[in-house]
Amino acid sequence: MDWTALWLSLRLAGWTVLFLLPVGIVMGRFLAYRQFRSKGLVEAVVMLPLVLPPTVFGFCLLVAFGRNSPVGDLWQSLFGHQLVFSFEGLVLASIIFNLPFAIQPAQRGFEAVPAELREAAACCGMSPLRSLWKVELPLAWPGLMTAMVLTFAHTLGEFGIVLMVGGSIPGETRTIAISIYDRVQAFDGQSAAIMSAVLVTISLFTIAVTFWLSARLGRGLS
Amino acid sequence: MALDVMAEARSPIPLDVAFRVEPGEVLALVGHSGSGKTTLLRTIAGLWRPVRGRVTVNGTRWLDTVAQVDLAPHRRRLGIVFQNYALFPHMTAAQNVMAAMDRADPREAERLLDLVNLHGLSDRMPAQLSGGQQQRVAVARALARRPQVLLLDEPFSAVDRATREKLHAEIIALRAHLKMPVVLVTHDVNEAQLLADRMVVIEKGSVVRAGSTAQVMADPDALRAMGIREVAAMLPATVAEHLPDGLTRLDAATGPLFLPTVEGAPGTRVHVRVMAHEVILSRARPEGLSAQNILAGRVTRVVPGVGPGVMVHVTVGDHEILARITRRAAEQLHLQPGDTVHAILKSMSVARDHVARARDTAPDLKQVTR
Repeated sequence: MDWTALWLSLRLAGWTVLFLLPVGIVMGRFLAYRQFRSKGLVEAVVMLPLVLPPTVFGFCLLVAFGRNSPVGDLWQSLFGHQLVFSFEGLVLASIIFNLPFAIQPAQRGFEAVPAELREAAACCGMSPLRSLWKVELPLAWPGLMTAMVLTFAHTLGEFGIVLMVGGSIPGETRTIAISIYDRVQAFDGQSAAIMSAVLVTISLFTIAVTFWLSARLGRGLS
Repeated sequence: MALDVMAEARSPIPLDVAFRVEPGEVLALVGHSGSGKTTLLRTIAGLWRPVRGRVTVNGTRWLDTVAQVDLAPHRRRLGIVFQNYALFPHMTAAQNVMAAMDRADPREAERLLDLVNLHGLSDRMPAQLSGGQQQRVAVARALARRPQVLLLDEPFSAVDRATREKLHAEIIALRAHLKMPVVLVTHDVNEAQLLADRMVVIEKGSVVRAGSTAQVMADPDALRAMGIREVAAMLPATVAEHLPDGLTRLDAATGPLFLPTVEGAPGTRVHVRVMAHEVILSRARPEGLSAQNILAGRVTRVVPGVGPGVMVHVTVGDHEILARITRRAAEQLHLQPGDTVHAILKSMSVARDHVARARDTAPDLKQVTR
């Protein structure tokens, strides 16, 4: 059992969720409430990571983050090490490929808040920020919860992109999914099985907690 | 603290309306759905913006398209009761009320909920309240904002008739203590006549007629938009006696009226809405008639309409009642202004919700606005 890899995966998923929650709220809310001409295009771009093959997407990120790219160059000059094959690079890649998982459910969540309630909030004297905090977030919560759980679970399991951008450096970029692959390559079926079982347990647990939470939240409202 | 409104627009519906509401006055915007009345209310609230428009409250501009002034809804100090109440489903009744306060004050929330007769229900979630109770929470929430303008958007349309009558009475009781302009949007002429001081009848975004409730209700042309059968006069009366046979005797300036049970102790002042098409006119005082109410009066005007009917204005005592009869009948009776006639009203023709408590006899309530 590769505990280092598991801990790395959990950290990666945690940071990704932390960064994507505000992005999901801002973008989801924007896409849910605003009507504009290029809305379809924006939604399509957000969904792109879902349809691109992970290796292709990973390759694109590798090039975009590489030492010869503006992003990679800036990172190198700021922090003194390269972005690719580092934990930070992995987090950044993870944020990007999880965009659809964070934004889409959040958008559905905000769409479920009736326009009349937002108007009522404004007429109660609530500023847009206060309305978001007091009315929209509590009601859009199931969508946001789904967004966070999907992001978390998806980060734990992602393989192709992580391998392309991060490689397999123990303690730095070797996630549990990659560790499982390594164990299989080394004919260590038992370790692979144990780690797979751990991953399945964690995923099941997260999903179960979400369902329980959203059921509990939903009960008071209907 | 008067409210002045002017709005012009072409889409989504054409609109060209201006009106003024005085402090403490209830103005009813009456019209069919799609007439633009709700859009007007949304203009006042800042939820919709007309091409050209101006909304001033007590001299402060909330909207002025010429001067590029457009206050966001949350900066306009107004209370609004939405048609479906729009209560926050995740908050208790008290939390809903406090949501509209500048600083949450549980005791003030309690007081407002008491005011709308919701004592002891402050911890209920909206889903646990009946339609009428939800409406009362919405009213309390609107008042919690300490509004300079109170807006009511069809607030009685989502409840059953019995509840509606009760809520009407409560609003009448409450309004004696409302010092701000109140705008009521409704398609129900009866409701407008019972609750409002003045009416603005709107059709296809334009004002058909504006004036005091009595004036508008007496004008068949004004009510053509709403249906001629809605024309009625309001007769003030006092509850005199509840009779053992289930009738109530009311004393009106026009003489005694016998109506099916009217709630209220003897001495309670009420308004009775007498529908013009329910009134029969007779030259001679009729005898052997089942109708219980025969009022002697004098014809003041005979106004022909477009169709086969005429509207006869009859002064009985100090008050005017209206009779809508056929042109043929008016000719047969040779009705002329100055003639003496007897107006006959069937007791059973006055619907229960056509009798409302007069608002100056409202039960004493604490001041709502300070």
